[in-house]
Amino acid sequence: MTTYTASGRSPLRVDQRIEEISDAAYRIRHHALNMGEVQGQGYVGQALGAADMLATVYCDQLTYQPGNPGWEERDRFLLSTGHYAIGHYAALAEAGIIPIEELETYGSDDSRLPMSGMSTYTPGMEISGGSLGHGLTIAVGMALSLRHQGRAQRVFNFLSDGELDEGSTWEAAMGAAHHQLGHLTALVDINALQADGPTAGVLRTEPVTEKWEAFGWYAQRVDGNDVGALVEAFDSISEQAQAVGRPSVVLCDTKVGRGVPLLENREKAHFMRIEDNEWQICRDQLSAGSQGRK
Amino acid sequence: MSTTKPRLKTSAMIASFADPGQKTSSAPFGHALARLADEDPRIVGLTADLGKYTDMHIFAQQHPERFFQMGMAEQLLFGAAAGFAETGLIPFASTYSVFAARRAYDFLCLDIAEPNLNVNVIGGLPGLTTGYGPSHQATEDIAIFRGMPNLTIVDPCDSLDIEQAVPQLAASEGPTYLRLLRGKVPTVLDEYDYSFELGKAKVLRTGRDVVFVSSGLMTMRALEAAKSLAEHHVNVAVVHSPTIKPFDAETVVNEVDSNRLVVTLENHSVVGGLYETLAAAMVARQVSAKVIPIGLPDQFLDAGALPTLHDRYGLSVDAITATVLAGLEN
Repeated sequence: MTTYTASGRSPLRVDQRIEEISDAAYRIRHHALNMGEVQGQGYVGQALGAADMLATVYCDQLTYQPGNPGWEERDRFLLSTGHYAIGHYAALAEAGIIPIEELETYGSDDSRLPMSGMSTYTPGMEISGGSLGHGLTIAVGMALSLRHQGRAQRVFNFLSDGELDEGSTWEAAMGAAHHQLGHLTALVDINALQADGPTAGVLRTEPVTEKWEAFGWYAQRVDGNDVGALVEAFDSISEQAQAVGRPSVVLCDTKVGRGVPLLENREKAHFMRIEDNEWQICRDQLSAGSQGRK
Repeated sequence: MSTTKPRLKTSAMIASFADPGQKTSSAPFGHALARLADEDPRIVGLTADLGKYTDMHIFAQQHPERFFQMGMAEQLLFGAAAGFAETGLIPFASTYSVFAARRAYDFLCLDIAEPNLNVNVIGGLPGLTTGYGPSHQATEDIAIFRGMPNLTIVDPCDSLDIEQAVPQLAASEGPTYLRLLRGKVPTVLDEYDYSFELGKAKVLRTGRDVVFVSSGLMTMRALEAAKSLAEHHVNVAVVHSPTIKPFDAETVVNEVDSNRLVVTLENHSVVGGLYETLAAAMVARQVSAKVIPIGLPDQFLDAGALPTLHDRYGLSVDAITATVLAGLEN
């Protein structure tokens, strides 16, 4: 059974890691566009925005066995934002956990890939997200449990800035710091957009970095569409957080629709409508801007 | 001449409902969980700042490395419990029933019940077992939880029920909810040919005039009321149904299908609890009978001393006896 080992899963140099992750992010974006076209809609904008975060985690950070998603020694990646499943499925396909051909069933009846991610449906999907504010609470329990069992795995929780509205996120943030869960890392996608509009107008969450620091976390804020910055942030966690039993959070400012100018410049919407004739334009724009990635 | 003010009755937060001189067992849940943990290394205990008030502290003292304090954060408590179960352990997570049912429902439902995880929820102060009023009285916890798929609901009568239930809850695959009786818990069922079996109702005594169908501490009251009614020459059968869901309809409806007066007794609202569970089971089997519900009214209850309140709402032995005698006359 092949095991992918986390970062520096390899003797690769940092620039080589960045190249590998960027290639994967490019393919994840293409997968997301193809999946979106099947339904004619979907959370494509979020998937494009979060593709670099997802690629960095799956290419560079997680230890797992693609052919054995239930492998006990795996690191755990919990998708709290169920509607980001489209991006997560693309990352799971890129990781070899689900077949690329299956992606076209996204959101269809009887598919293993429902619109909102559920652990009972999809290999590699650890939890059923979607009711926001749950993921980090489960992550705290998993991290406590794994440590109690003397197991060395890390736990990652992907959440969105909208989820910072939920009180349970902060219950979990306090719990993680109290229990000194240095092997727990949260990734927050700050796309500044919620269902009813811009985050700043729905419920102000800033200053985000200071909040996490005040809760006892090792907090870094980076451009979430800059793979080099993501790699650097993740690399500092082992020394700054893991070694001292401090949970870590990587706060990622991302751009909805990133990589596809047509969508980047469209009026931002939680649930983006894309016309039939626009999907190919999106793919062409993504390819054109990719500097020859495959 | 000096006048002495009559001393007012007080409402103890953690009032014992044991009668004076009654045989009791101390913290049966905590001791049972600690014993189970001696045998099974997968057992862990979590609480949300209510360890002392849910008898979890007994477990924590005996297995400190397996006890996890989650703080007064019930959403975290149950989300984290799901995380423990997802990684191969068997958590028991305790708080008050009101907080489990009302405050953390979404977390129990989606993180625990939907993936059918072996998380055992321990709810203190079920029904009317505190005089603190609606903030603490879980009068509708069963009604809330009955609609949750996969969840097993257990309403134990006494210390024996609790001690025998704990290992069975851990052994059953999916999630469970136990309506905890804590502190000095009466021991009653040892006088009957009885053992707790998850999912089963048991006939504790037979009788030709009336059938009591009861759960929880009301089974204790039912047994006492049966003795009291015997003095009125009324012969009462008692069927104890500690598992509310899945309901042992076969045993219970079989008993009810007679010419006797049927009375349900529950420490819960008459809406959505044992009474309605039985009624639905009877209708499904085309069994018709008059059923008198003894339970809490569909309203927010008063604060006060428990004996006062149990009398006020018809849960005391005297009140039950009077209700049954009146029911037989009509």
